[in-house]
Amino acid sequence: MTEATLLSVRDLVTTFRARDSVVRAVDGVSFDVPAGASIGLVGESGCGKSVTSLSILRLVPDPPGRIESGSVLFGGRDLLALPEREMQHVRGDQISMIFQEPMTSLNPVYTVGAQIVEAIRLHRKVSRRAAHQRAVEMLRLVGVPAPEDSSHSYPHELSGGMRQRVMIAMALSCEPKLLIADEPTTALDVTIQAQILELLSKLQRDLGMSVLLITHDLGIVAEHTSHVLVMYAGKIVESAPVIDLFARPRHPYTRGLLESIPRPREDFAARGASGRVRLKTIEGMVPDLSRLPPGCRFADRCPLVKDECRQREPELRQLDGGTRASACFRAEEV
Amino acid sequence: MAAPATTNRSTSRTLVATDRLTKYFANRRGVFGRMDAVVRAVDGVSIKVRRGETLGLVGESGCGKSTLGRLMLRLVEPDYGRIVYDGHDIVPLTQAQLRPLRRKMQIIFQDPYASLNPRMTVRDIVGEAIRIHKLASGKSEEEHRIAELLTKVGMRAESMDRYPHEFSGGQRQRIGIARALAVQPEFIVCDEPISALDVSIQAQIVNLLQDLQDELGVAYLFISHDLNIVEHVAHRMAVMYLGKIVEQGDSPSLYARAHHPYTRALLRSVPVADPSRKRLHVLLEGDVPSPIDPPPGCAFHPRCPRAIPGRCDKDEPTLAEIAMGSGHKVACWNPHIEEPSVERDSRMTPPP
Repeated sequence: MTEATLLSVRDLVTTFRARDSVVRAVDGVSFDVPAGASIGLVGESGCGKSVTSLSILRLVPDPPGRIESGSVLFGGRDLLALPEREMQHVRGDQISMIFQEPMTSLNPVYTVGAQIVEAIRLHRKVSRRAAHQRAVEMLRLVGVPAPEDSSHSYPHELSGGMRQRVMIAMALSCEPKLLIADEPTTALDVTIQAQILELLSKLQRDLGMSVLLITHDLGIVAEHTSHVLVMYAGKIVESAPVIDLFARPRHPYTRGLLESIPRPREDFAARGASGRVRLKTIEGMVPDLSRLPPGCRFADRCPLVKDECRQREPELRQLDGGTRASACFRAEEV
Repeated sequence: MAAPATTNRSTSRTLVATDRLTKYFANRRGVFGRMDAVVRAVDGVSIKVRRGETLGLVGESGCGKSTLGRLMLRLVEPDYGRIVYDGHDIVPLTQAQLRPLRRKMQIIFQDPYASLNPRMTVRDIVGEAIRIHKLASGKSEEEHRIAELLTKVGMRAESMDRYPHEFSGGQRQRIGIARALAVQPEFIVCDEPISALDVSIQAQIVNLLQDLQDELGVAYLFISHDLNIVEHVAHRMAVMYLGKIVEQGDSPSLYARAHHPYTRALLRSVPVADPSRKRLHVLLEGDVPSPIDPPPGCAFHPRCPRAIPGRCDKDEPTLAEIAMGSGHKVACWNPHIEEPSVERDSRMTPPP
């Protein structure tokens, strides 16, 4: 863990108990978030990206979930070892989180101003009046029009985009060092998505905070992060600076994901008589976590699979002088 | 892939067309159901879909695109306007008169979890329409037909006796497609057919839909908010804003030279999966206005960077061609004419 590392996750294992089996939703995940950086965590549904972020904040519902082992070092302390009371001071104050659906994360019976005030007064010893001023200032910062008036609105009176701005205002009201944004724009329209992502990037630069951006959208990753972690079936399979990842993926799964995105303009020359270009696909589907194959979890879908891949599981290994890593025996050939 | 069933699309006949199709929803409030507002979901829309082609329909949530798709199948009854299917206006038809036409028009829904009956086996789901329309002469022919359909959509015939919950999202969408194909339709409304699926599965379903079109000559109305996918699948497209079509044309022309400022804003809002090209972001201000009380004049004018005061806020522009005979139409008083749609800064500018 270097001086500039803000968050360091090591060997995190989080399990969920199903009816007759235990599923390792996060299975030995390790990564660092440097101070001031924007890290993307991508993967498909069920790969463990959201459980990873919930584990960092110890918000995994228990039961059925359980953080089995590993450590989450933040500011020199292991968050997994803190008493719950101290953990409450970390949440919302030093590490904040915003979710996909702002309507379900806001309380419908309180005004948005009151909810931001509550969040501030939970962590700061300030008067109600000062907290209200701070709330209005935050609403202005995130671009809510007429912030004083809007602070008296109830969540249902605001549009989806405005509600997500309110969530961001609340999450940032105590100036956290780390913001975890879990699919923050998935429920929004494209023009509103662009506004919210631009706002997040601007605030990240202006406030100097770190962002862990969880998404399934590779376009968002390309535009708004500097380093990317790719998850598959509970493990990180590739980690690389964003430019390098897109220029040359070093895991067959990452490569498959990138190739399955339609790029109609670039494909123009490749169109045949029917004017059609077939998309490349990743055949098959994600393995059942309760019945994992013995070797590499991607083996059944992998175009580069060899015997070794089915016998033992590849570890995440460093490449290119340690700037990136891949969990593939044939990373150099991808 | 060879396309025996598709003739030349540009000369092929119109299969389904709408003429000033309109649907208002009344927003009732209070114990007496007093009507206090009218949502103009679809407001005088005229579009057409040719045989064997894909018309992409894009727009943001609440713009009326799903309602338009349902209107065209008469799953929602229009208030005004005509729906001409294969030369015949189908709006005056009774439900009984519609039944033979139902065979020719199908729909695939967004959510493969909600659109399949959990108590029915795949055999029942796919076979139901075959029985209703009496497309098989006996039990064995019906079974043979179901097996053939499952194979066509890339599933094993042995899956027939399993239930929807035993399948993944992508496979359920394949079942939904097999159900739509069971009656050999000519026209399928695909309402956000891949939005609920993972990236790697989306590509499989898109390829399947295209293969089926090449093989069977079926026409699609492809409704989506994902402009990348629509550009990939659609021969022509229409852009909808607050119940109206604001621009339509051939896909390559529309993407390369979008005339409407809203179409341009949509195109520029799509995140591009290429970190080496930093885009010149021109963000659209504000939210989509409520369709209950749309702004006067052009409904887009409060968010439009090119709005002309005194014009755009007073008079409503009509959909018209800029170059005669191009088929590329726009409803705008101050359209972009020459500049390409999406300018990008090609310099390498890695994010901080």
